[in-house]
Amino acid sequence: MPTFVRTDKCDGCKGQDKTACMYICPHDLMRLDKDGSETGHAMKAYNQEPEQCWECYSCVKICPQQAIECRHYADVVPLGASVQPLRGSESIMWTIKFRNGNVKRFKFPIRTTAEGSVEPYGNKPDANLDELTDHSNLFTKGTHSCDMSQFSAN
Amino acid sequence: MAEEYGFGNPEIVEEEVDILIIGGGMAACGAAFELGRWLDKVPDLKIKLVDKAAVDRSGAVAQGLSAINTYMGENDPADYVRYVRGDLMGIIREDLVYDVGRHVDDSVHNFEEWGLPIWKQKGDEGKKLTEGGKPVRSGRWQIMINGESYKWIVAEAAKKALGIDRIQERVFIVRLVTDKNDPQRVAGAAGFSVRDDKLFIYKFKACLLVAGGAVNVFRPRSVGEGTGRAWYPVWNAGSTYAMAAECGAELTLMENRFVPARFKDGYGPVGAWFLLFKAKAMNAFGEDYQEKNYSILADNKYDTYADGMKMGTCLRNHLMMKEMREGRGPILMDTPSAMAKLAETMTPKEVKHLEAEAWEDFLDMTIGQCGVWAGENIEPDKEMSELMPTEPYLLGSHAGCAGIWVSGPEDIPGTPDYYHWGYNRMTTVHGLFTAGDGVGASGHKFSSGSHSEGRIAAKAMVKFVLDNKDWQPEMSRTVDELVEEIYRPVRTFLEHKDYTTAIDVNPHYITPKMLQFRLQKIMDEYVAGVSTWYQTNAKMLEIAEKKLVMIREDAQKMRAKDLHELLRAWENYHRILAAEAHMRHIQFREETRYPGYYYRMDFLDLDDDNWKCFVNSTYDRDTGEWSLKKVPYKQLVKHGEGEPAGLARDGSPV
Ligand SMILES: Cc1cc2nc3c(=O)[nH]c(=O)nc-3n(C[C@H](O)[C@H](O)[C@H](O)COP(=O)(O)OP(=O)(O)OC[C@H]3O[C@@H](n4cnc5c(N)ncnc54)[C@H](O)[C@@H]3O)c2cc1C
Ligand code: SF4
Ligand code: SF4
Repeated sequence: MPTFVRTDKCDGCKGQDKTACMYICPHDLMRLDKDGSETGHAMKAYNQEPEQCWECYSCVKICPQQAIECRHYADVVPLGASVQPLRGSESIMWTIKFRNGNVKRFKFPIRTTAEGSVEPYGNKPDANLDELTDHSNLFTKGTHSCDMSQFSAN
Repeated sequence: MAEEYGFGNPEIVEEEVDILIIGGGMAACGAAFELGRWLDKVPDLKIKLVDKAAVDRSGAVAQGLSAINTYMGENDPADYVRYVRGDLMGIIREDLVYDVGRHVDDSVHNFEEWGLPIWKQKGDEGKKLTEGGKPVRSGRWQIMINGESYKWIVAEAAKKALGIDRIQERVFIVRLVTDKNDPQRVAGAAGFSVRDDKLFIYKFKACLLVAGGAVNVFRPRSVGEGTGRAWYPVWNAGSTYAMAAECGAELTLMENRFVPARFKDGYGPVGAWFLLFKAKAMNAFGEDYQEKNYSILADNKYDTYADGMKMGTCLRNHLMMKEMREGRGPILMDTPSAMAKLAETMTPKEVKHLEAEAWEDFLDMTIGQCGVWAGENIEPDKEMSELMPTEPYLLGSHAGCAGIWVSGPEDIPGTPDYYHWGYNRMTTVHGLFTAGDGVGASGHKFSSGSHSEGRIAAKAMVKFVLDNKDWQPEMSRTVDELVEEIYRPVRTFLEHKDYTTAIDVNPHYITPKMLQFRLQKIMDEYVAGVSTWYQTNAKMLEIAEKKLVMIREDAQKMRAKDLHELLRAWENYHRILAAEAHMRHIQFREETRYPGYYYRMDFLDLDDDNWKCFVNSTYDRDTGEWSLKKVPYKQLVKHGEGEPAGLARDGSPV
């Protein structure tokens, strides 16, 4: 299901030097056609290698204009269906349209904290250089209890 | 003078650090989290993390996950070792697996604290795991999550731990460079930006190589627009194995591969359907092929690893493939019966909730499967779905154990000396560490275990750097040589592009895409891909060997017409080396250790007397030669009650 960009919605991320879709695609597929020489649509993005798309939806979820959608792999899937998300700060809404017109909607939580609020070391212990070679602990000291009688050597 | 730089004439950026992390996936994020705290204690420690993509959504967890597959909870880590050795046919590094087991829950507890929603049993909603909240298990080791933003959350912690200045995105590392004075030591790495005309050269004391596994080494089942729909992420190109091998590191169990049976075409996960919904799979005639075929396991001594139907993933594949090879496919997952059965004891509201959970399982990690079901009007409560084994992948963190041979922890009782040589998770190359998909012989770490293993390696690297405070890296190759090599595909293109009228057909170069097709054709047809139903023999491998040497030579003639294609060129170069390692290992191991993943048709038996051992290899970059050897397996954790008999024995003599 490679992604496609709708000409009526994409605004090229308002001419910023890094578009959201280019920033996020793990496979370097999204590209901004600055002068329209590649696609005939200047300042709009496109998927430059649709047959390499993993359908991970990273670009679909991040596009501020909801300009990116997926059209299922033409060599595999019958036409007419769509799967489209709307990702908010706490949850994601999915709309699944079947080829026969049936529609299913789902909403799932995505995180329990505000974005940007993670404090990796908030209430965590300090690292202790004396314990650098102690394999039984990482700095957080959260090692699972271990029944050492399970080893043949013990 | 920035204006002078351009395509074909990159700016060279040189940087010296103490620790370089290559990759930004789960293992790299774990390393960042652990390192950030040690930075307070060793404040002049210089660290850089480079990722070919954006850390927020890079690696295998880019689209999210619906479960954390490794969480001990009420279990003892020794039982985790037993489960892993059962699934991987008896040969694992139990010290490494145990080490992950004892540390993994701490990573999971941190994920929850950072904001990852973890499902809880009725009555425990809102109670954190650390407060005694009981997770919803979908198996003994798995817990269910709302994981759409899993990577986003873990990346946020990693970025904060290291600080944005220490992270460089969109840089693809092409190769490691050994030390000038010590060929068994790593001193540098070189790569390029896919955004600007810049080439990066890093010098360092220690390096964590965590660039994931290898996908698209084999021809995928879909070869048109659907080529990108591999089960494992298409962007993991074997960089970890290739760069380690070229640097002289010993690889282990590269003959192992993972061939998951998944929903056909979309490769959607089946775990929740089997484990949570208790669905059953059957052949075209409605027969339970697992029960029906169980007795054939004895034909080739596979039964010793399957007492009482307790068997690993590859053996379950084996029983299924028999049906398909003999014309009794398709294999169907009976989703309607499973849902109807659950509905018997549930209210309609609960059933609706259950259905949402079934869809979420896909939407959280394999959205493409929803596309296939929606396009084909499949509603799982009404219609069964086909299952299909995928093309093979090489990986070390999921249900496979290909990877690099590393030093383990010294405090696990009974480990032989050759299991550790100083620093935990260090390879046989001094200063080169790995984790996650990179570590061989210890699969089933999954997302959480890869994160923990990154932390384990990070801590060991701090020690390594402190022990080598005064050591200065000196690279065995000059900057000019590295630039020349990495930008060769660009120069080849610029030099020859006007020789023909059609840009893609030119006798002086090969496009990365065609090179990839050629590699996939070789691997598929000779090295047990899908077209031969995963079967090969010595003669087929001999042909593959010859073809792989030629393709490695032709890789010198790849072209790159832009930075994007330069990325594809070097990804495919890495794939070739990963493929070659895989082929050589299969060639060396004269038995069928992983039936259902691949078959040596000339050695179809499982041969514990001669082959219950690791196979390790090294590659000599200068001569292009591989050397392979057997390394003894040592059992550390006692044989458990109910464990299949084959798992009771120590390794065979080598
Ligand atoms: C479809 C699917 C389902 C899964 N399901 C589950 C599940 O339910 N539960 C679970 O716990 N686990 C699951 N896993 C497994 C889990 O995702 C992996 O075990 C884990 O991500 C491995 O971590 P890693 O750091 O080794 O590799 P990755 O997380 O894949 O990271 C690799 C990193 O290396 C970077 N990189 C690659 N090459 C280079 C290069 N040359 N230069 C620079 N950077 C590079 C990539 O951009 C990426 O950042 C699943 C994986 C997949 C694909
Ligand atoms: S993120 Fe959306 S709006 Fe921005 S360039 Fe991409 S498609 Fe266009
Ligand atoms: S769906 Fe994923 S792989 Fe495809 S273009 Fe978007 S971000 Fe890239």
